[in-house]
Amino acid sequence: MINSLFLINPSGEIFLEKHWKSVVSRSVCDYFLEAKEKALEPEDVPPVIHTPHHYLISIYRDKLFFLSVIQTEVPPLFVIEFLHRVAEMIQDYFGECSETVVKDHMVMVYELLEEMLDNGFPLATESNVLKEMIRPPTILRSVVNTLTGTSNVGDTLLTGQLSTIPWRRAGVRYTNNEAYFDVVEEIDAILDQSGTTVFAEIQGVVEACVKLSGMPDLTLSFMNPRLLDDVSFHPCVRYKLWESERVLSFIPPDGNFTLMTYHVNAQNLVAIPVYVKQSISFFECGSDGRLDVTVGPKQTMGKTVEGVMVTVHLPKTILSINLTATQGSYTYDNGTKLLVWDIGKLNPQKLPNLRGSLSLQAGAPKPEENPSLNIDLKIQQLAISGLKVNRLDMFGEKYKPFKGVKYITKAGKFQVRT
Amino acid sequence: MTPMQKLLQLPVNAMNMVKTAQDQMGQQDEAKSPVMTPDGGNHNWYNGEPNDPRHIRFGSGGGDQEERAHLEEGGGSLSSLVTQPLRHDDLKEMLDSNKDSLKLEAMKRIVAMIARGKNASDLFPAVVKNVACKNIEVKKLVYVYLVRYAEEQQDLALLSISTFQRGLKDPNQLIRASALRVLSSIRVTIIVPIMMLAIKEAASDMSPYVRKTAAHAIPKLYSLDPEQKDCLIEVIEKLLADKTTLVAGSVVMAFEEVCPERIDLIHKNYRKLCNLLIDVEEWGQVVIINMLTRYARTQFLNPNMNESLLEEGGGEKAFYGSDNDDDTDDEEDKEEKEKKKTEATAIVKRKPYVMDPDHRLLLRNTKPLLQSRNAAVVMAVAQLYFHLAPKAEVGVIAKALVRLMRSHSEVQYVVLQNVATMSIKRRGMFEPYLKSFYIRSTDPTQIKVLKLEVLTNLANETNISTILREFQTYIKSNDKDFVAATIQAIGRCATNIGEVRDTCLNGLVQLLSNRDELVVAESVVVIKKLLQMQPEQHSDIIKHMAKLTDNIQVPMARASILWLIGEYCEHVPKIAPDVLRKMAKTFTNEEDIVKLQIINLAAKLYLTNSKQTKLLTQYVLNLAKYDQNYDIRDRARFIRQLIVPTDKSGALSKYAKKLFLALKPAPVLESPFKDRDHFQLGSLSHLLNAKAGGYQVLPDWPEAAPDPSVRNVEVKESVPEWTKCSSREKRKEKKADKPFYSDSEGESGPTESADSASDTASGSESGSGSEESGSGSESEESNEESESASEEDEEEEGKKKKKNVEKIKARKPVPESESEPSSGEDVKKSEKKSKPRIGSSESESEEDDDSESESSESEEEESEEESEEETKKKKKTTASKPPSKPPKKENKKEKKEMSLLDFDDFDPAPSPSQVTPLNNFLSSSLVTDLEGLSLTDNVLSPTTIIPSGNLKTYELLHRITGEGLSVEYCFSRQPFSPDPHMVAVKIQFTNSATSEAKSLHVEDAKLQSGMRIKEFPEIEVLPAGETISVVMGIDFCDSTQAANFQLCTHTRKFFVSIQPPVGELMMPIFMTENEFKKEQGQLMGMNEITEKLTLEEKCQGEHAVVQRVTTAANLSRVPCGSDKECRFAGKTVTSGSLVLVSVVTKEDGAAQLTVNCEKMVIGTMLVKDIHQALTQ
Repeated sequence: MINSLFLINPSGEIFLEKHWKSVVSRSVCDYFLEAKEKALEPEDVPPVIHTPHHYLISIYRDKLFFLSVIQTEVPPLFVIEFLHRVAEMIQDYFGECSETVVKDHMVMVYELLEEMLDNGFPLATESNVLKEMIRPPTILRSVVNTLTGTSNVGDTLLTGQLSTIPWRRAGVRYTNNEAYFDVVEEIDAILDQSGTTVFAEIQGVVEACVKLSGMPDLTLSFMNPRLLDDVSFHPCVRYKLWESERVLSFIPPDGNFTLMTYHVNAQNLVAIPVYVKQSISFFECGSDGRLDVTVGPKQTMGKTVEGVMVTVHLPKTILSINLTATQGSYTYDNGTKLLVWDIGKLNPQKLPNLRGSLSLQAGAPKPEENPSLNIDLKIQQLAISGLKVNRLDMFGEKYKPFKGVKYITKAGKFQVRT
Repeated sequence: MTPMQKLLQLPVNAMNMVKTAQDQMGQQDEAKSPVMTPDGGNHNWYNGEPNDPRHIRFGSGGGDQEERAHLEEGGGSLSSLVTQPLRHDDLKEMLDSNKDSLKLEAMKRIVAMIARGKNASDLFPAVVKNVACKNIEVKKLVYVYLVRYAEEQQDLALLSISTFQRGLKDPNQLIRASALRVLSSIRVTIIVPIMMLAIKEAASDMSPYVRKTAAHAIPKLYSLDPEQKDCLIEVIEKLLADKTTLVAGSVVMAFEEVCPERIDLIHKNYRKLCNLLIDVEEWGQVVIINMLTRYARTQFLNPNMNESLLEEGGGEKAFYGSDNDDDTDDEEDKEEKEKKKTEATAIVKRKPYVMDPDHRLLLRNTKPLLQSRNAAVVMAVAQLYFHLAPKAEVGVIAKALVRLMRSHSEVQYVVLQNVATMSIKRRGMFEPYLKSFYIRSTDPTQIKVLKLEVLTNLANETNISTILREFQTYIKSNDKDFVAATIQAIGRCATNIGEVRDTCLNGLVQLLSNRDELVVAESVVVIKKLLQMQPEQHSDIIKHMAKLTDNIQVPMARASILWLIGEYCEHVPKIAPDVLRKMAKTFTNEEDIVKLQIINLAAKLYLTNSKQTKLLTQYVLNLAKYDQNYDIRDRARFIRQLIVPTDKSGALSKYAKKLFLALKPAPVLESPFKDRDHFQLGSLSHLLNAKAGGYQVLPDWPEAAPDPSVRNVEVKESVPEWTKCSSREKRKEKKADKPFYSDSEGESGPTESADSASDTASGSESGSGSEESGSGSESEESNEESESASEEDEEEEGKKKKKNVEKIKARKPVPESESEPSSGEDVKKSEKKSKPRIGSSESESEEDDDSESESSESEEEESEEESEEETKKKKKTTASKPPSKPPKKENKKEKKEMSLLDFDDFDPAPSPSQVTPLNNFLSSSLVTDLEGLSLTDNVLSPTTIIPSGNLKTYELLHRITGEGLSVEYCFSRQPFSPDPHMVAVKIQFTNSATSEAKSLHVEDAKLQSGMRIKEFPEIEVLPAGETISVVMGIDFCDSTQAANFQLCTHTRKFFVSIQPPVGELMMPIFMTENEFKKEQGQLMGMNEITEKLTLEEKCQGEHAVVQRVTTAANLSRVPCGSDKECRFAGKTVTSGSLVLVSVVTKEDGAAQLTVNCEKMVIGTMLVKDIHQALTQ
């Protein structure tokens, strides 16, 4: 299936290659680099490229290109999904996925890749399983390793035991047994010029951090599971119980994982927590324009809206801007024409406002489209859909775990057209 | 040994091979590179880096490398020549050192080089030496290195083979697996036979993980040597029958790569695959679903086949109606009637479409996977539904696909492509999600364009207004490619939906005044297409566009306008000549396509309005005559001949008008995704709209369904399910697994075994809520689910009966005593309660003759047969020897009895309850026999059986955790009479609490698949301070996996597990010296393990050795002539494989230990244990 993998940085340097079958010359990447040259943005590089002898399937993630070389028919999503798993695995192991990190841990990344695929077919992609075979680095261990010359390879190899549950490692022991769940909801919305909602929906995800000993069997139930319209689960969740009783019953993997993602029925009206009053105008004659943006709280269910940020891609013809913000600060990068206004907390008494003038390059025509505003925000302790976790029960183990649930609402793809 | 011979010849051959291969590669590289690197500029850079290490090799002075050196021009700089050899020497030195840390460091550096794409092949000899390194990480890195370079250095790679071969016999499944993985990955043609052997061996390994690895190795071997196909298919066939989820995905993958055309191999496994699907790992699911889609297309009927007929205005009704009419007017057109009749028969023939239950099974079992987190799985299910489900059901996939739109942009890209194809065929499905395809300004262009495509496909009369409003916003975008695509989309909406054509046209015309030229140009092109559909009403638009020629510079747009004016010059008679005038003026500066259209316009005008344009036309033609472009010159010449009548002009000029002004059909604007669904959706081929290599065509539905009974596998196919249930039953305590597995088919809880599976062949009702049932089945671990699988199956059926039996048993006074025989008897009785054994025998008889073979995996089967054979043999040879005889006898008897019993089982008469006790008595008397006999055996060779006082006892439950109840167990080493394949475990309960413990019993065993437990009869009361011993039997399946179960009192349940030392998995058999030698002679090679050791001081001397060995393992001594050698023999309890041990002592306490056992794992572990016993 997957023949080879190349990691390529944004400037086109191939800094890691791994082959699972016969070696494919890295010159095959030329086709990709060519396509990359053509694309304006890295995101615009086509994910699938057809070359005379190979197919190249790539993803762009964390400022890196993961390019896989395929020789025969394979579902493209299979490869794409796998490449994302690779990125997630690197993130999981080393805290972030970046060129430096990969270069620093070249050998370990290479070993991970070796374990993840066999002859191009995924072998071990569960983080729990991988971590049993190759231990992630910690500061303490790396110190110990350098002193003693021992290795990162799990000695569990010697026991010859494989966990009965593929996603959970065996023999988990904690002194503090804890299980935390974050219910994170993102509002995807498109508002039009007048502020009416063109499209809005809520996408939620339940992130879990479970550190429990033994083989706990958890059941998580919601107060109002009917809200959830479409769900997808980590493989540990028992589908049937969800179908019949609307509870999440599962034996968790050890550590951090995404338990479920859900979509809240679009028929329910989505409460939009903020409103944006904006006017961006360019004068037909003179070579300048005005920008005036005000953000205010709308339906916040009594919570404070934090971390508000407005991002605007200004037209390319803008020469300079001169703005004043009543709250927060703004940054403007003249190279990318990216204006970011970091507002912070929303104060209902005193609405933050950003206004000022934009000057265009001399002679440039008036931009015909006003840039749309991308809004970022965060509301703690609130799930905007109203979803509530009812209780978490544990079976199969005797200790009392410490449990916690946190709700956060964020803006997802929240866009205001102007 | 051919491989050996090859090995010997190798050095010369291989060197040559390597050389030529590399030479070729080099040349190919050179030949290819200009093609591969489109701009030659980069070329040097690419060759440069990977090449320079070759120079190093050259620098370090290898013999044949010199020859190769000439290939490597460019790239390698002088500095690398000087510096790198040093570094590599350094690495070699580190690799040769004794310190693991240095080796590790060196290997890490080498692997980092490989990862960076640097050539490290010259280190091969230094690295390969470390393949047997004890340090696991060094070893792993060496493996990594080998896999990368073995192909290039085939001769040297062979040095490592023996290490892997040894690894293949390791007791640790992970090591076996990794040895196989590397062995199969090194791509060295010469070892093909070795690989083949290893794969075959591993395919019957008891660890599912190793079997999975074997499945992975199949495509590797196949790509190395396609001639092995037939052999490999056999292995695939065997692995397809595997019941563990771990293996399923990998073997289907191998199937797809090696023999996708052998669809017949799937029949028998179809239902099993469907049922296992939900528990297979994600990647396997994708492969299986895709394969099953293809399978279903060949085996089932099109569920939508009636739809087309029904849609024909209810053909059926019409037919019946006309039938009635027939009575009234007989003179009805006969032909018509005939036609209708055939039509009717066609309907009748096809009408009674009933979905094959297997087809339904597939649809039902894949549906929950739409909830998978893995986009590839969701997509696989979606395409399965799209290709296989009745129209009414396909809708369920829309929601899941829309969900994927939230995912990474690459995922979106692929999903949108597929949605685009689907939305053409099944528009209704996605309509409710229209808004999810709205475009954000932040989407990458390719996503935007695809979303547009979907929106366009979804457009209909009702939603067109909203869509057009959206399009309005898009047109303002800064992304001009996207705007152009939007305009195209508007054009398509306009052609498809007549109502909005005018609105769209007006909108597009407004765009003509857009400031962006590209937008205008694109609009012109689209308008041109639209106008072609109804030009009469739109002369004003044409006029408007004519004006645009002054401003628009985009050639395509200008050309389009000119074409329009020329084509419809009759609608704009006044403007057209003027346009031509202007164009004539600028002719020389126009682009080629515009020039061609000017000529075209001129010609058309000349034909319709020659008065005004004659001169202009000639002027234009003259200009064109001297154009630089020969196409234009040709065209001018051609047109001149056609339109300008001269003496020479032929007949054609008469028809010039017809030629130029013929009515042209309007272009059809259709989706580029139309008809893409002849490719299997979700495939690479679909995405590229071109057949990719290895693409398996999705076959059309068959006209008539092939015989569905091929999928009936009687018991075999029900086995996997029962496997699940049975193992589930035994493993309640691990609630862990249960629900996952039960999930797939049914609700959880104790009765779950009932649900699910029952829909398939075995119609037995498993609804028993008995204490043994319920608990997650784990097919994943059910490596050797053999008899027990079908046993349980039967068990359910016979349950009622057994319950009766139980009752009867319970009423019987249980003679309680400490003595072993009686406890054995006890157990014997309890046998009726503990079902497995009964079940098995029942099943065997009930399933008639073929039961035995189908109930077990072939492997198991073999061993069983072996054991039977063996016992027979033993019976013959050592007829007088008691220990082997009784079990045999009993075994047979039991079987017979059971079959009788089962016969009764068929009709629910109460008789079995009578038969059973009889049987019970029989066997219990046998037990006593047996006990006595084993005693005689004791006498015969006093060292064999250790007095029970010496038996090592293990703690099962500590006094404190057990709340006063302490439990110890030991392996009594007595044959377990109720079932000779079980190991007898003597359990001693001591109640040190103040109150009495009641109803002690075993519950809810959770076992590795294949393992069985025969629990002891319930102890009703254990007074305070008392001690009681019972015996239970456990069939460990010749593995040292622990048996887990719950020990229950009336108040509490304790989770306990019993793990046998390997030495307890066997029982002694008696042999003569000659027999021993003979058997040993047959168990050579891989089955023999020899180890040298130094005896511990206290242990030097025959007696001590015998004593220690027999303590470590349950073996009996075999007489031997020499006092330097001690021999022991036994056989494994479950499979009856021979275990032969011999210890030869030499001077100074040196000794050599040899173990011969066909179960290599047992052998290796036994060596370890005995070694330990003798040296400590």
